[in-house]
Amino acid sequence: MDSKVASAPKAKEVALENMLLVSSSPHIRSNESVQRIMLDVIIALVPAIIGSVYFFGINALKLILISIASSMFFEAIIQKAFKKPVTIDDFSAIITGILIAFNLPASAPWWLPIMGSAFAIIVVKQFFGGLGSNFMNPALAARAMLLTSWPAHMSTFTGTRPDVVSAATPLAIMKFGMSADGTASATVESATSATQAAGAELPTLWNLFIGNNPGAIGETSILLLLIGAAYLIIRQVIDWKIPVAYIGSTFVMLMILGVESQFLPYHIMSGGLILGAFYMATDYATSPVTSKGRIIFGIGAGILTAIIRVNGGYPEGVSYSILLMNITVPLIEKFTAPKVFGEVK
Amino acid sequence: MKLRDLTFKGGVAVSDNKGLTNHLSIESAEEPSIVMIPLHQHTGAPCEPVVKAGDEVKVGQVIGQSQAFVSAPVHSSVSGTVKEIASMAIPTGPTVDCVVIESDGKNTMDKSIRPNGKLEDLSPEELIQIIKEAGITGMGGAGFPAHVKFSPPAEKKIDTILIDGAECEPYLTADHRLMVEEPEKIIYGLKVIMKAVGVDRGIIGIETNKPDAIKALKEASKDEENISIATLKVKYPQGDEKRLIDAILGRQVPSGGLPMDVGAVVSNISTTRAIAEAVMEGKPLYERVVTVTGRGIKNPKNLVVKIGTPFKDVIQQCGGFNEGAPGKIVMGGPMMGISQYSIDVPVIKGTGGILVMTEEEAKPEPMHPCIRCGKCIEVCPVHLQPLYLSSYSLKGDFDRAEALHALDCVECGACSFQCPSKRPLVESIRLAKREIIANRKKTN
Repeated sequence: MDSKVASAPKAKEVALENMLLVSSSPHIRSNESVQRIMLDVIIALVPAIIGSVYFFGINALKLILISIASSMFFEAIIQKAFKKPVTIDDFSAIITGILIAFNLPASAPWWLPIMGSAFAIIVVKQFFGGLGSNFMNPALAARAMLLTSWPAHMSTFTGTRPDVVSAATPLAIMKFGMSADGTASATVESATSATQAAGAELPTLWNLFIGNNPGAIGETSILLLLIGAAYLIIRQVIDWKIPVAYIGSTFVMLMILGVESQFLPYHIMSGGLILGAFYMATDYATSPVTSKGRIIFGIGAGILTAIIRVNGGYPEGVSYSILLMNITVPLIEKFTAPKVFGEVK
Repeated sequence: MKLRDLTFKGGVAVSDNKGLTNHLSIESAEEPSIVMIPLHQHTGAPCEPVVKAGDEVKVGQVIGQSQAFVSAPVHSSVSGTVKEIASMAIPTGPTVDCVVIESDGKNTMDKSIRPNGKLEDLSPEELIQIIKEAGITGMGGAGFPAHVKFSPPAEKKIDTILIDGAECEPYLTADHRLMVEEPEKIIYGLKVIMKAVGVDRGIIGIETNKPDAIKALKEASKDEENISIATLKVKYPQGDEKRLIDAILGRQVPSGGLPMDVGAVVSNISTTRAIAEAVMEGKPLYERVVTVTGRGIKNPKNLVVKIGTPFKDVIQQCGGFNEGAPGKIVMGGPMMGISQYSIDVPVIKGTGGILVMTEEEAKPEPMHPCIRCGKCIEVCPVHLQPLYLSSYSLKGDFDRAEALHALDCVECGACSFQCPSKRPLVESIRLAKREIIANRKKTN
């Protein structure tokens, strides 16, 4: 620099130059943060948490708390072991914990969520690089693992009334209780469901809507899940495209496969479709970032769900559909890159 | 043609912080005692000095010139004595030759400065010559010589001149105040450009957060059949010329192309006003309106500052820094402005603002891993995928960044602004662009 310029009050200048922060633009940032987004998801899940305790009793709360605590514990332990910064303060482990518990029946033993959390956090999330890098939804992968390992615990559903010890979910009733060949299934969990389903009656649509019916603890109350979903869409945390494409295509595909119209509302409002479509299929890490990709992802999950329900061995199909679509995400994104402004083909 | 509440796809809502200065009339800065006028403050060839140490110069006298077509002459902003010609740092980054002039405080005008007569009597060629000799460059930041922009090749048929009154950068109000205080000059400048380019349609686009400017320009243009005012939704980066053309004319400038490829020429408000003054008064570009603003400065102002005035003089006239040390000083707005390591740098033709941020505001926020929320894609006005461009760039995989159209990035910063993980998205894409261009040069 020129001497003339530097000859001005020197000591002060030097001090100022040392203090000024120099960086590439932009120099301002929005108020959005990872914590805020995760907190919003937790807030959205609160009505359904309260509902699960109301409908299924204190055991539901116990399972949710054990699941949250163990998810956070495993996240901290594995990050310590990998000598990485511990990031439980981003709240993402809490969401995984809640969602794992939401997929359990209220009668599940206390250690089941711990097994699920360990698998979700350690294997599915942290082995693949942690937040944002996992290729499958941790909570759903945990559910699939638990269902394969402890099928009886995972598919013995209790009713919402204290006098009912074991009950069939609406989808199990439709699949096994009402069709002639329903009991022909080979898997243990469907055999359990089928036994429960024999002779059972479908709940009323109103009970189905508010959540007063057997099922996993967090999946039954459509009303409370939709309240949370509306909050997430208004806060722009989730994009409406995945859930709308998912639920819409499930509906259409079920019709194409010949499901009678009086059963369609039962399909939409049970079997975890609402929980899966709004809270799990929208998981950022495992769904496409492109706008068109999100619609294709939703449609794919919907078609798979309907096919599994009608032609497959499982009554619900949501978790496997989403997991299968999770692994197609890189491919979907490759073919749905947005058209660049002014792009000349 | 629809001219109300126009917009484009993408972009972000940014709190504009214009309340600090948008009600303050433009005032003249004090006469600087010494100016450092860079010989290269535009895109194109640098000027050669035509004065030497010891020469007496007057206000508006040419002190630097170039024979190249893409260049713009530089004029003295004071009357006084040339002290030296030396290499100095300028706010855009590089070190360039500057003419240092000590002012005699008399402000004697050079005799070459005189009105050019009536617009009706001047031919397009004469107008372009006047604009060229006045040293007018794009004052929105890029600093492209105006006469070059107004001389498109014959095969490019231009049908519309657009004036960018969006001023979408937060904090800046220089253009806003000019529209409110000197609307006639803006209209006159637009008419000059229309005549110079040979076009009979001119549109001024203004964001709806400046109702007083919209009103003033509508009033000033009410007798002009060929000039209309378009109102634009408030969204960053509406002032980017390609976004402006898209919003108003519904035309997409092709990737790698220029506005003239879709029949448009875009000029900014300050530039248009400088063009009006060059024709009306013969006044070359030696001073401009600068918004001095931010929470780190005592008395924010809109000041007419002479080119070459050191930042520190301007800051002093605004009462100096607020309590505590400034955290960051930016030339321009907070979205695309350039942060400074010193306040000894001079105001140049492209200095629309000096933003002083407090230490608290300047503190960098901790970065988190990308959570793939996709918000950067939603806000990108060019419809790129910033998360992938950035990740390739950070891995040094510039070929893949190029394949994802890194070079189309306009560096508006909307992605980095929006990112909840506070990742350096545009910062790393900027790096990729530089590497890609450097590689191309190497292989050619």
